[in-house]
This record gives sequence, structure tokens and C-alpha cells, in this order.
Amino acid sequence: MTGIIIDKISMVFTLPDGGDVHALNKVSLNIEPGQIVSVLGPSGCGKTTLLNILAGFLSPTDGEVRHNNQTVTGPGAERGMVFQQGALFEWLTVNDNIQFGPKMAGKPKAESVAKCEELLNIVGLAGFGEKPVYQLSGGMQQRVALARCLANDPDVILMDEPLGALDALTREKMQGLILKLWKETGKTIILITHSVEEALFLGERLIVMAPRPGRIVEDFSLPFPRQALTTNARDVKASPEFVAKREEVLSMIWEMEEEIMGGGIEVRGLSDA
Amino acid sequence: MREQKTPSSLAIWLGLADNSFTRQKTVKFGDESAVSSGRFYSILIVILLLSAWIITSVFGLIKPFYWPTIGGTGDRIIKLLSEGFRNVPLWEHVGISVYRVFAGVLSGALIGIPLGFSMGLSSVARGLFDPIVEFMRPIPPLALIPLIILWFGIDETAKIALLFLASLFIMTIAARSGVSSVRISKVHAAYSLGASKLQILRHVILPNALPEIFTGLRTSMGVCWGTVVAAELVAADKGVGSMIMIAKNFLQTDTVVIGIIIIGVIGYIIEMFMRFLERVFIPWKGKG
Repeated sequence: MTGIIIDKISMVFTLPDGGDVHALNKVSLNIEPGQIVSVLGPSGCGKTTLLNILAGFLSPTDGEVRHNNQTVTGPGAERGMVFQQGALFEWLTVNDNIQFGPKMAGKPKAESVAKCEELLNIVGLAGFGEKPVYQLSGGMQQRVALARCLANDPDVILMDEPLGALDALTREKMQGLILKLWKETGKTIILITHSVEEALFLGERLIVMAPRPGRIVEDFSLPFPRQALTTNARDVKASPEFVAKREEVLSMIWEMEEEIMGGGIEVRGLSDA
Repeated sequence: MREQKTPSSLAIWLGLADNSFTRQKTVKFGDESAVSSGRFYSILIVILLLSAWIITSVFGLIKPFYWPTIGGTGDRIIKLLSEGFRNVPLWEHVGISVYRVFAGVLSGALIGIPLGFSMGLSSVARGLFDPIVEFMRPIPPLALIPLIILWFGIDETAKIALLFLASLFIMTIAARSGVSSVRISKVHAAYSLGASKLQILRHVILPNALPEIFTGLRTSMGVCWGTVVAAELVAADKGVGSMIMIAKNFLQTDTVVIGIIIIGVIGYIIEMFMRFLERVFIPWKGKG
């Protein structure tokens, strides 16, 4: 079976005072090739830990992750990663950042130059290739990060709050770009976000996680990303269906947050998850 | 509307009037950017000091033994430039000191940078070298002179060995902190792009550590310049430090003062040169 299989992974960190933190508790999930999946949850629910395990930066205390039937034991070029910010190589130009992966792999220069040119067009940065990355705005830097990841032609793209540091307008534009890339490349995309709207808009599947211990509480199938490929993004986000879902998920997250803060509000639907 | 007289650009340049940004600020005390260069006062103090020197020289108010006259200093500069000092041309005195500094800093960097990298990357190296580096760091290089003389004598090797030690620990610490300043997301990104450990070292850690290494080089240059002059004061027959020491023995106060000015000027040029190199080679500094 291809795709990503997360098989009952648990992650326990031991604190200096001897206590244990269950960042993840027996989390299982199958992600099919070509799916775009968003992961949402209050802080401390283990979503970043989950992504780091998928990327191979952490190894789970228990269970395993298989990617195309191979157990993930470390980072690899078949699983590309887009970080929130600051992961570009500021000593390189836009071109050299994008060609980093192919260069490390020893690919022919001409081939990666052509690919880079093509990607610059796709992410809307044509003509910026020779610029040093530190001269670009935050949104443009994230475009470079996406192009750099795609230049390596990974099987899966993992995104750790890729738009979290951007202003609201840039963020909307970038959401459109991510959907466009998903449609054009057919890659599997797993995306972590703090924004409910973004999670609904960018996930044909939305995984909601809860903390203490970190676990999956909901797994929604959503029509919005596919709708957005043919309709205006604002129309999708303003549709009654989208708004209703947004309120539902939002109140779910709110309740979890209240519980963490010790608000004493009863949480519905979590105990049986 | 309130009347606002625009001050002349000369007054702004001299720091006697606020520029258009500062003029709009109501809070100036405590806002560093609202403090003007005060260029007028800089020019004033230089003119005052020079005038004082001219006046004391003309009226013979200070014995040349304590401070040379301005005319005598001028004559001495011409003599030093044409005849040199003690049969050695002036440029050779300056050149040998600069050579020693560069030799010391470069050899220190050559050993110190790999050492610092290994301490940032391997716990064995960190464990092995940490006690030595931490012990040597607070020792002023000048305190090593007696030992260096016992080991190497007083020839050229001794001076370069001293400067090597002075720069070695600075460079080690700079390279090590360069490694630890790498954002882990950059390393993760490189691994996810398929880079090997060696490629990470060459293409991520090294360029990322360059700004800190450059700061280390600048500090080393400064420390070594100070150390070389002091070392030459102790034992040398050539070099700016030895020049002023020997001049003192002959009560040539003017040569001593000229030597001090040369030391200051060269130190300043070295600092400017390093800043220039920094701008050219690491324009991304502080922009990660």
C-alpha cells in the first residue's frame, strides 16, 4: 500500500523533574497519495511533533510511520518540508536556494536551471532569481520556500504553519497558491495550521487534534479545496456550508482551549474519540 | 498652523539643528536616534587641541622631554621617512608589525576555526577541548610572554607563536558560537532536501557561521595588534613597538609620540579594512 501510514505512534517526553508528557498517544492515520490534509488543534496537542515525526526529525517512542511501505527512520528528499519562516539560506540567491536540492543530489546544472525557471514562473517570482533572499518580503520568501521544496520533486510536502508569519492579505493569496500547486503537481500535502479557516480551505481532509495526551479527535472530509479550484476563494469562504463548518470546528477548538486554561467547561465529544 | 523655520542644511550637518525627523519628535531625551552627531563640537575640540599644541610649542611652555613641539615633530617625521629609525626604514618597522599580526591571526584562524567547529559538532571534541579553551580564554596573551621567551627565545617564531595563541582561542570560540547559532530549521530543511552530513557542514553550517567568524577575525586583529606592540616593547629590534621603546631610551619623545600615532592609525585602518571585507563577503549578515 502506498501513501503514508501512521501506525499507532506515541511520543513521550520525560521532563527534568521526572514527569512524563504524552505529546502523542497511539495516533493512527492513513494518508492516500495526492491528498491534501490539514491538521488543526490547540497549542500543545502534538501536531508539530506529529509533523516532525513524519519528516523524520524525531523518532516516536512507540509505533512507526511508513511511507510507500518504507519505515521512516530519518529525513529524506522524498518528504519535503516547508517551515514557518527563516529556513531559507540567506547567503544564497533565490535561484541557488531553489536549486539547492538538485545540486546536493548532483543533478546536471542545465536541468535544474530549467526547472528553477519554470518554478519561479509558477510561484509568481519570475525575474527575481538573482535577488538575495533577504531582500524579499515574507510572502515572497515563502514562495521561494515552496519552489525550493518542489524543485526536489518530493513525494510528500509537509508544511509547518507555512503561512503563520504572513499578514492576512498575503496569507489569502498564498492559500490560493498552495491549492494551485496541489492541483498542478498532484503531490500529497500535509499542512499544520492554527487558523480554522485556513484548515477548512486547504484540507480535503481535516484532522482535529486534542491535547493531554495528544490525539486525533476528528477526521472530516471536506469539499472546499476542490470547490476553490473552480470557484472564487472568497465565495467558497462565504458560503453557508463553509461558515457553518467553521463555527463548528471553532467552538470545538475553543472548548479544548478553555479546558486547558482550567475554564472548567465540559468538553463534548472528546471522551469517546 | 505653527510657524516653523527650516534650519539650513549646514546647521543640520554640523549637528546644531535637528533634522526634519527629529524636529517632529516631542520625546528626545532617551531616544538615541534623536541625538545628533554634534559635528560642530567635534571640529571645535580638534581645533582647540591643535591650537593648544601650537601655542605651547611657540611659547615653549612644555619641555620637549615631556611633549614634543609641533615643529620638532614635523622635522622628526621627515627625518624618519627619509632616514628611517636606527638604520631601518620606517615602513619596515610598520611592515614587520603588521606582518606579525596577520601571520598570528591567520595561523590562529587556521587551527581555531576547525577546532571551534568540532566543538560545536561533536561531544568528544567539546569534552576534550572545553577545559583548555575555558582556562586559556581569560589569560591575557601578555602573561604568556615570559613562557614564550623561555620556549622559543626572542626571534620571530616567538612573536608569531604568541600572536597565534592570542588569536587561537578567540577564533575557536567564534567558530563554535557560529555553529551553535545555526537555526535548526535550516539544518532540517537541508536534510529534507537530501543533503548529506558533509554537505550540511559545507553548505549550511560554514556559511551560517561566517558572520561570527568574521567578528572573531576582527576581534583577533584588534587583540593581536595590541599584543604585538606590547611584545615588541619587551624584546625586538624591529617593529613599531620596539621603535618607541628604543626611542624612549634615547629620550626621543617626538619619535615616541609619532610611534603612538602610527599605532593608532594602523589599528584604525585594520578595523576599517575588516569592516570592508565583511560588507563584501557577508552582505547577508544579520538578515537571516
